[in-house]
Amino acid sequence: MIDLTGTIEPVRAIHGGVVVLMVVGLYVLVARGNLIKKLIGLGVFQTSVYLLYIAPGKIAGGSPPIIADGIVTYSNPLPHVLILTAIVVGVATLALGLALVVRIHEEYGTIEEDEILDRDDPA
Amino acid sequence: MIADHLPALQVAIPLLAAGICAMLRRSVPAWALATATSLVAAAISAWLLARAASGGPISYRLGSWEPPWGIEYRVDEANALLLLLVAGIGAVVMPYARRSVAREIAEESHPWFYASYLLCLTGLLGMSITADAFNVFVFMEVASLSSYVLIALGRDRKALFAAYQYLILGTVGATFFIIGVGFLYVVTGTLNMVDLAARLATVEDVRPVVVGIAFLSVGLGLKLALFPLHYWLPNAYAYAPTVGTAFLAATATKVAIYLLLRFFFTVLGPSFPFAASPIPAIWIALSVAAIILASIAAIHQAGIKRMLAYSSVAQIGYITLGIGIGSEAGLTGAIVHLFNHAVMKGALFLLVGGAILRGGDMNIDALGGLARRMPATFAGIVIAGLSLIGVPGTVGFVGKWLLASAAIEQGQLWLAFAIVGASALAVVYVWRIVEAACFRPPSTEEFAEMPISMLMPAWILTALCIYFGLDTSLTVEVAGRAAALLIGGAAT
Repeated sequence: MIDLTGTIEPVRAIHGGVVVLMVVGLYVLVARGNLIKKLIGLGVFQTSVYLLYIAPGKIAGGSPPIIADGIVTYSNPLPHVLILTAIVVGVATLALGLALVVRIHEEYGTIEEDEILDRDDPA
Repeated sequence: MIADHLPALQVAIPLLAAGICAMLRRSVPAWALATATSLVAAAISAWLLARAASGGPISYRLGSWEPPWGIEYRVDEANALLLLLVAGIGAVVMPYARRSVAREIAEESHPWFYASYLLCLTGLLGMSITADAFNVFVFMEVASLSSYVLIALGRDRKALFAAYQYLILGTVGATFFIIGVGFLYVVTGTLNMVDLAARLATVEDVRPVVVGIAFLSVGLGLKLALFPLHYWLPNAYAYAPTVGTAFLAATATKVAIYLLLRFFFTVLGPSFPFAASPIPAIWIALSVAAIILASIAAIHQAGIKRMLAYSSVAQIGYITLGIGIGSEAGLTGAIVHLFNHAVMKGALFLLVGGAILRGGDMNIDALGGLARRMPATFAGIVIAGLSLIGVPGTVGFVGKWLLASAAIEQGQLWLAFAIVGASALAVVYVWRIVEAACFRPPSTEEFAEMPISMLMPAWILTALCIYFGLDTSLTVEVAGRAAALLIGGAAT
């Protein structure tokens, strides 16, 4: 069991950061027309989730999870491992997204969303 | 001996084949490998379904790590049916792929296309088979990233932008899903679905769980294209290569729907009864909106693949409606319609893809003369189209009938009217194809019937539209038991 209440202060601060990053990321994603800026927003949004997972892994008074005499409380290492996987996924997504933007630029000559839509259906 | 490892091989074989496929530099060997792999995967899934049906759920421990610490693969009748659906559609679509891909995709990209297809198959099978919530996310991203590639390989440059939009929204959906899983993990400390279900029952502070459910619902809603989160779907389906469209339309959204069922009923059901929450009301409202508005949108599309894509959004509405009804009968209807819609939409996209290749145009108006020049293709389109409407004797009828009776059983007569009324809208958009194919003058070029290697797979699915419409024992019985299993919670 992971105890959220044991470490109120630092966890609160981190969760505040998570919410800020999440909202900033989503805002950039929605509000910007530039395809690369959208990917930056996506990256920020994903990063907020990494923090969300890792923060509760720290147990109040827990030591790093290496078995040693005299230590009874350990931090939970599993969230780090999970997020390592999620980071790899995030990198792959970003790489594919950027590759698509390169191809879009080759075909359309622009990476602005509204210009791309205009070029396909000239009003 | 090897039979014990089939749950792992179900996912591992396509994954390894994808790697090999990417290294093959030529089109035909890559296609042969992809086809052989699909057939093997389909055989394994059929075997798993038979064994899950006779001997109860199969639990497989990856690397022999005990659950809940290790990742567990768990096959019961609910996901075995889905495995069979995904692998079966793959096995039918691949023989079609050789000619179709040869005409739609540049030669040097063929091995990449087949490798992406195999990765997508891996991801979808993995999402279905795993009992570990985080593992679901990893496979979801494997399936999604490869499907973005499948879409981006379309001929039209619009395919690139469609793939980009899908990438953005799909990633947001998957991230919302993983946020939801994170909340459940934080309050329980476990990711194994069975263990999660047991531990959620002892949770005292339910607020994080409620927040988690909200994130899960929105994330999966994006993935399964629940109205109004379907924005990515029409362009993605319209501009992807035919094989990609047929495979994704038949499988990708269905797996997301299965995950939703799994989380709402198996994982959360025992401690947070679905029917007692405000979700069903929202779900039913959105489903009815999807059925009616997406059907109307389908009527107004000029492009035939876009029209079928909007029809998919509407049909997904029927499936989620069954989930919203929430009773065992409703879930049975949802699972049956999920299976049936995959069969008929797969058939339609394959047939229409053939017609587009011959006619060379994506607009419905360009289908003129189809009835005379390509009679077998046209006959298939008519049968699958009737099934889409829900005419008795076709699969579409079985699903809608079950859903309508489930709605009436719950005293929600108006839902039954919505189901029937929206079928009338389906008549309109299916008629547009038939009308153009029969009465419009043919476009200038000569065009003849599809080659047999393309016609056969399309007609296998078309024949299944009728077969499962007449003999409902396999689908309805398995779906009924799967629904009971999901509602009954994770019986160990």
